[in-house]
Amino acid sequence: MILNIVSIVLIALGLFFFAVGTLGILRFPDFYTRVQAAGKCDSLAAVLVLIGIAVYNLGDLSLAAVLVSIKILFIAAFVFISSPTATHAITDAALLIGVKPWTKEKNTP
Amino acid sequence: MERFFLAVGIALMLLMFLSLYRVLAGPTILDRMLGGNVIGTKTTALLLLIGLLYDNVGMFVDIAIAYAMLNFIATLGSAKYFLHRKSIHLEDISKG
Amino acid sequence: MAKVVTFFVMFAFWVVMSGMFDAFHLSLGVVSCLLIAHFSHSLLLYGDPKSWGRGFFGILFYLPWLFWEILISNLQVTYIVLHPRMLDLIDPQLVRFKTSLKRPLSKVTLAQSITLTPGTVTVDIEEDELLVYALTASGAESLPGSAMERRIAAALEGGK
Repeated sequence: MILNIVSIVLIALGLFFFAVGTLGILRFPDFYTRVQAAGKCDSLAAVLVLIGIAVYNLGDLSLAAVLVSIKILFIAAFVFISSPTATHAITDAALLIGVKPWTKEKNTP
Repeated sequence: MERFFLAVGIALMLLMFLSLYRVLAGPTILDRMLGGNVIGTKTTALLLLIGLLYDNVGMFVDIAIAYAMLNFIATLGSAKYFLHRKSIHLEDISKG
Repeated sequence: MAKVVTFFVMFAFWVVMSGMFDAFHLSLGVVSCLLIAHFSHSLLLYGDPKSWGRGFFGILFYLPWLFWEILISNLQVTYIVLHPRMLDLIDPQLVRFKTSLKRPLSKVTLAQSITLTPGTVTVDIEEDELLVYALTASGAESLPGSAMERRIAAALEGGK
């Protein structure tokens, strides 16, 4: 029962951060700021949702369930490492291609 | 509990549709790639939720692992590809 | 030495991933782990054997603090995203700064942590200079010599 509540809280938090990340992608003015929203909110949200599912999965304690939970934690760790790397790669590419950044001085009268 | 997972799955689908707007309308290629990456991250979570709904997480977790890796490699690969295609504009790095 | 350690780490990973314990799958695992340990052990472990354990446990102790920082920074980004007049709050800029970290592992950890925390994304690393894109001016000012860098130095480079 306690496990269920913990997993519901984690998954709901993750969903909230997913929503914030998506809104950020839609609302921010240029590519570099969108990367911020996508890279941070999405990785945290994915990790929270995955940990929530792993916790729920531990409800019936058997060897198979524990192995599946460990696998889900592996996915979480992988997302945790790979998401910043992907963000870094895209930003580097944008800077080299020459996508113009949005700056305050230029856009305020 | 089942209903909660179903609701979360549907909410994730809606968020994916919202991100699809960035893929369709993004001004630059990299914006589209970013949208694709975000959708991929959500799909990893959605696959596991589907696994919980079908009561067969053991199978879907492997698919989710493969999808997470594929998403990462696809992003890296396309970033490298467009880096090499347009690296003529190197002099444009100036701030603003 | 590196090969033996790589073999055992890889084999533990294989057992967790396959979840089958009959002789056929285990022997497949032994063969592929031997191949990996022979050809690519230098990808997982390199340098001085004494530093391996410190790298692993250092990161383990560093992670909870990092997770807390990520949570706080996400709340800040949430505030900016949900604010109706968002454009007044953000002031993006590129910052260059030098780090004092020496090991490649700790530099990568620093770059990843910067990407994951307050409004900053690492764009490039050259030798010991990091190019960082910051969302707000305060985020850019707090970067050089931050608490994060000191913690990584303590965790991975042996308490300084």
